[in-house]
Amino acid sequence: MSKIYKYNFISKFKTANFISLLLVVASLILIFFKGLNFGIDFKGGTLIELRVDSTNIKISDVRSSFSNLNLGDLNVKEFGKKGDYLIKFEKKKFNNESNIKTIKESIKNKLDSDVNFRRVEEVGPKVSAELLNSGLLAISLALGAMLFYIWVRFEWQFSLGSIIAIFHDVLITIGIFSLLSLEINLSIVAAVLTIVGYSMNDTVVIYDRVRENLSKFSSLKISEIGNNSINETLSRTVITSVTTLLALTSIFVLGGEILKGFSLAMIIGVIIGTYSSIFVAVPILKYLNVSYKSIEKEKN
Amino acid sequence: MLNFSKIKILLIYLVFFSISIFCLSNFSQLEDYFFKKKINLGLDLQGGSYLLLEVDSTPLQKRHLQSKVIPLKKKLIENKINFENFKIFEKEISFKISKEDRNKFEKIFNSTKNNDINVFLNKYRSFELDFEFLNNKIVINHSRNGIINLNTSAVDQSIEIVRRRIDETGTKESSILRRGNNRILVELPGIKDPERIKELLGKTAQLTFKLVTDGSSEFGNETFVLKDTQEKITVSKRIILTGDNLIDAKPRFDNINQEPIVAFTLNRLGSQRFGQATSKNIGKRIAIILDNEAISAPVIRDSITGGQGTISGNFTFQSATDLALLLRSGALPAPLSVVEERTVGPDLGQDSIEAGVVSLFVGFILVIFFMTFKYRLFGIIANTALISNLLMLLGFLTLIEATLTLPGIAGIILTVGMAVDANVLIFERIKEEIRKESSNTIQAFDSGFKRSIVTILDANITTLIASIILFIFGSGPVKGFAVTLSVGLITTLFSAYYISRHLTSIVVFKNREKKLLI
Repeated sequence: MSKIYKYNFISKFKTANFISLLLVVASLILIFFKGLNFGIDFKGGTLIELRVDSTNIKISDVRSSFSNLNLGDLNVKEFGKKGDYLIKFEKKKFNNESNIKTIKESIKNKLDSDVNFRRVEEVGPKVSAELLNSGLLAISLALGAMLFYIWVRFEWQFSLGSIIAIFHDVLITIGIFSLLSLEINLSIVAAVLTIVGYSMNDTVVIYDRVRENLSKFSSLKISEIGNNSINETLSRTVITSVTTLLALTSIFVLGGEILKGFSLAMIIGVIIGTYSSIFVAVPILKYLNVSYKSIEKEKN
Repeated sequence: MLNFSKIKILLIYLVFFSISIFCLSNFSQLEDYFFKKKINLGLDLQGGSYLLLEVDSTPLQKRHLQSKVIPLKKKLIENKINFENFKIFEKEISFKISKEDRNKFEKIFNSTKNNDINVFLNKYRSFELDFEFLNNKIVINHSRNGIINLNTSAVDQSIEIVRRRIDETGTKESSILRRGNNRILVELPGIKDPERIKELLGKTAQLTFKLVTDGSSEFGNETFVLKDTQEKITVSKRIILTGDNLIDAKPRFDNINQEPIVAFTLNRLGSQRFGQATSKNIGKRIAIILDNEAISAPVIRDSITGGQGTISGNFTFQSATDLALLLRSGALPAPLSVVEERTVGPDLGQDSIEAGVVSLFVGFILVIFFMTFKYRLFGIIANTALISNLLMLLGFLTLIEATLTLPGIAGIILTVGMAVDANVLIFERIKEEIRKESSNTIQAFDSGFKRSIVTILDANITTLIASIILFIFGSGPVKGFAVTLSVGLITTLFSAYYISRHLTSIVVFKNREKKLLI
């Protein structure tokens, strides 16, 4: 084993880990103090996407058409094409039956134009609480299942390493969503779960190689084995990230407004997931002093 | 790994063709058993309305408790338990008894034999009611399972009525399903504005006929304000007839003043009762009450024995039509409220389909170009595997008649991006093997496949776990994402392990003399 690998990752571990730690702490601070911008799926409320053909209607007209309805926290924004608006509000007392009808009529009258209601969504407080709970449960279960799978297939050090890497990815992705005040809705939960899967996938490929090299070169130190393994799998890691990102960018740019948040979360997650499988998952094996001996001992 | 027997090759392509052939059935008009299967479009793509209805259990509880009052009082008297201050509330019954009688009461209340006050629910292994004893006061309310039992039976009855009401409006292909203990999910494809249906479902439509009295009645009185004339009337609580006795109702125009009215027909029992009541009370007024609102109170001019009658009450033709529809389809046991609604207009659905297809196409082309650029000849192999993967994915989705949603399309695109991973893993491994034993290319390819397969399995199983969990917990469109992603992972494994390996073996054996470069 005299091969000199192109990149020396070990020397970068310290800096990388410091940055990771900083990012995770910053994300946690953001999540706890700035909070998350929950969509109606998790907060309850009403969402209306409408299209007006008349060109002389301004966003302020749309906003003022709600002024006397007393709908609570109101949010109007342009959405994609000109003349498309997305309106969100949170009505304290939930009553679907009377709600939407009066709102629709009021908008039509006030704007004095043909209004096309492209999308109407309303989630009651009970349902939104349930959706939030089941979303959190799904993510925790996915993490648990990953932990279990890796624990069965590998040794506990690997299990710990990959779980830390996943937490790192999910926390930073959510932190970025908090920083940019991007909406968290059901499709973001789907994105987070896919990120968990992807990040795990990426980590497993490198770990597989680490394990293989550990038994092949039992005398080498873990840091060297880690570095070799990263280098050997590097082109795969990069190529797969590139193809996945190509597909995701295509969704982000061309997939329409509804998939924007989902594809953005995935793009962030894939980038961070790729980074973490090299700069988080492998250093942890080093810190845990994984060696051929310790793995063998574990087995017996 | 590179040696394929003839049978194996045949099997591989047989599986591939027999699954991917189903792609075509989405375009066929045949009513053939096999080819009538199609991928369904989710409501977010074809447009439509999704309504989640919840049964309000409070009136159910109240009615159920009311039905217990008489047998309970009888039982207490039978067993010589003195009670006072007997009160009934929305969710509880309370009364005072002495401390000494507490145990006696408990014995009666929680007896499992012929207990008509507190029924033991075998299904839940628990009683329907609970009681508490505090400061000499007994408080009876529903147990958790008692409420579940009430809700479940209310949902059972409601589903049929909801279906009838929706069918009556002419809505096609609606789907009505139970969700949990107390909810009903209604999916209405193609409905752009569900307001009318929501209005129809929001009414219990409990119709009663009661006599207007001027004072005392042994059943007690209640007062209403008439909807048509705003007149205040006093009505006896005794019910003469309910909507249950109705067999038909239709909107009509009144012969005299051409006002819209509702004409109804009663069943035999209803006709008898109505005939008796009307013949005894000629000259009096009868109040028609719908959901605690008095519609009108006409004077009985003659006995009505034929089982035919009409309801007037300042209707428009639309409201008369709706009332007739509600009466025809029967009363709901409890009010239903909409707790979640998602409606997508057909034009947004169409836009989403276009955006989805365009981004799928572009993503696909980008990946194909990248792979060809990166791996040349083997890139073409990977791309062939990718195309066959996509065909199998679509074929499989057709076969299980999956519902395709917008996130589902995103799942397919993501599959395209991640599917090449398996090929990349294999090719990169082969490259390494070639570097190590450059003398024997076939050997290098062989061990490249062998060594990478474990990694491929490990890597894909983790993503599969995540998407299965998403399938279980996800709702609506997100579930569609989980479906396409899971199916995509399985077809990816097949296409990488069999198809691209077989294609590689053809190339390798053809060029066995040359040195192959990946």
